Amino acid sequence: MAVVGFAHAPHVPETFGTTNGVEMLVPCFQQLYSQLGITKSDIDFWCSGSSDYLAGRAFSFISAVDAIGAVPPINESHVEMDAAWALYEAWVKLRSGQAKTALVYGFGKSSAGTLRQILTMQLDPYLVTPLWPDAWSIAGLQARAGLDAGRWTERDMAAVAAGEGGDVESLLDTPYVADPLRAHDIAPITDGAAAIVLAVGDRARELCERPAWITGMAHRVDTPTLGARDLTVSPSTSAAAQAVTGGNTSFDIAELHAPFSHQQLILAEAIGLTNGTKVNPSGGALAANPMFAAGLERIGFAAEAIMAGSANRALAHATSGPALQQNLVTVLDSEARR
Amino acid sequence: MNFPAAVLGTGQTHHVTKRTDVSMAGMCREAIDRALVDAGLTIADIDAVVVGKAPDLFEGVMMPELYLADALGATGKPLLRVHTAGSVGGSTGVVATNLVQAGVHKRVLAIAWEKQSESNAMWALSIPVPFTMPVGAGAGGYFAPHVRSYIRRSNAPSHIGAMVAVKDRRNGAKNPLAHLKQPDITLESVLASQMLWDPIRFDETCPSSDGACAMVIGDEEAATAVEATGKKVAWVHGTAMRTEPTTFAGRDQVNPQAGQDAAAALWRAAGISDPLNEIDVAEIYVPFSWFEPMWLENLGFVPQGDGWKLTDKGETEIGGILPVNPSGGVLSSNPIGASGLIRFAEAAKQVMGRAGAYQVEGARKAFGHAYGGGSQYFSMWVVGSEKR
Repeated sequence: MAVVGFAHAPHVPETFGTTNGVEMLVPCFQQLYSQLGITKSDIDFWCSGSSDYLAGRAFSFISAVDAIGAVPPINESHVEMDAAWALYEAWVKLRSGQAKTALVYGFGKSSAGTLRQILTMQLDPYLVTPLWPDAWSIAGLQARAGLDAGRWTERDMAAVAAGEGGDVESLLDTPYVADPLRAHDIAPITDGAAAIVLAVGDRARELCERPAWITGMAHRVDTPTLGARDLTVSPSTSAAAQAVTGGNTSFDIAELHAPFSHQQLILAEAIGLTNGTKVNPSGGALAANPMFAAGLERIGFAAEAIMAGSANRALAHATSGPALQQNLVTVLDSEARR
Repeated sequence: MNFPAAVLGTGQTHHVTKRTDVSMAGMCREAIDRALVDAGLTIADIDAVVVGKAPDLFEGVMMPELYLADALGATGKPLLRVHTAGSVGGSTGVVATNLVQAGVHKRVLAIAWEKQSESNAMWALSIPVPFTMPVGAGAGGYFAPHVRSYIRRSNAPSHIGAMVAVKDRRNGAKNPLAHLKQPDITLESVLASQMLWDPIRFDETCPSSDGACAMVIGDEEAATAVEATGKKVAWVHGTAMRTEPTTFAGRDQVNPQAGQDAAAALWRAAGISDPLNEIDVAEIYVPFSWFEPMWLENLGFVPQGDGWKLTDKGETEIGGILPVNPSGGVLSSNPIGASGLIRFAEAAKQVMGRAGAYQVEGARKAFGHAYGGGSQYFSMWVVGSEKR
């Protein structure tokens, strides 16, 4: 099974489109159809990821179906998660032999509300949410725990944000936003949407000259109790990575979904990435973090590198929940090894 | 690679208006523990957890499965959260089954719930959507015109809806977990109940319930191990899901194409050519009584216009040609997110011979069904006592 096409909406701080994603999704679908020479009737299974809380309305994903024009009816499902998990559901459907092609999409309009506060509603509603620790505060606690434990320095964090050839010194001169996080340590607010087409075997070869074969996919969740886990490590990422890499962690590129700079350090270590792997050539979530599509985009960017011939083996990671609670790892290869 | 899958065990909470004694976590755990006991397993035997729930705004927690990971026994395991509106419980069963059918996992726990007392679901379902005409009339107000339209086009007599209500509530009285137990309900009492959304009366509507349902789906090896203990499992013969938009020109909301297509795909997958005669018992998502005859036609059990005739002849009672909702159905218990999985679980219980006082004698093939949104999301399955 392979990724044969990827498209995403422009990464913007605020789209004028509605919260159901339709205006961002239609151009993505059109791009994929024309690129692959297919129509919506060529898709056997559809799966999407989004969040009602981001839209501020129950059943927001229902009107997203309008972007498809699902007449006649489609075989479709939806996860209330990042669309990387929708891709997982599609991967399962294709593996079971019930479909040969799938289109997976995700969307989120973070600008519709105050994201850092909305994400607080993911916490234990009886004991933690009433204290309103927002997403930045929780990530700040995580970053502080790593600094105190000597796992990383503020300079290491700035280096993640600066990327290759970036100016670390000037970043370190900027003020704290949520001590020890500075603005560059925090993913920007991004509205966006993304879509990926999956196909099986010969169908993938028909649709794409150099398909990005998915050779493994796994995900795990950690405890929600922030005080019950070591925030400086990510056991769920380690377990998922171990399950799909079998210990072979040499990749040309890795796309890691790290909405905070220090989380990239945690993830790279949890996966066991080596120096030969280029991390986040797309810029990662610190460059653009369209909620509920950002994890799917990591898979898309990794696949795109393989389809374009600039990588042969790639890893993509997606996260969800406070302080990297839930993690998914995908391995993509230029050759169908399994 | 399509591996056989079977239901190993099911568990439900009792369904009531308000569970003030437990949190969401405690309520889910009750259903999970009962399903594990029913399957003869412990949480350590579970490879992955699939969660289903209708909208997060009902309880005011964003993606509650994240905070529930420990309570669900999911920590350290894969956790998937499915959400396909009112059909979500059914979709949860389908996704959990697919994980086994794809050979990804051996034993998967499906859990669905709703704690409706945390909000007012009837009105939460009427939130205005951009570019869609607001109804603002609650779920009953949305569906009442469809029922009226059905009555007009099928010439059904006006007592059919009340007959369904009487049957389902009397069946519910035999189900120890049902929310509404009304053994003494009569056609006259239903017809005398208040008209809410003409032609839907108070006694023809589902209750708002708190409740949870869990199910363990296993692969062939796991199922054979349960069978070796002398207990039956429910082999999954087929699943189907279909979606269409809420509105489009010419959409038939009385007999939606998505439901017809899903049923056709399901019968094909399960190798069934004559559903009325081959299916022994059906658990159909009937939140308003008139949806029984409507769905009997939509699903292909009878030709268009004949659904009410089957009900009128008493053929959907326990003992009829197609017993529908022997558990009492959605009309007796409706924790929305769980309701679809309950239909799937009740179908499984029938072919496993574990339905107690409302067991349909000799049930070998059963049908479970869920629908959602504005009647545009469908999920369904057929389970059997034999592997096929």
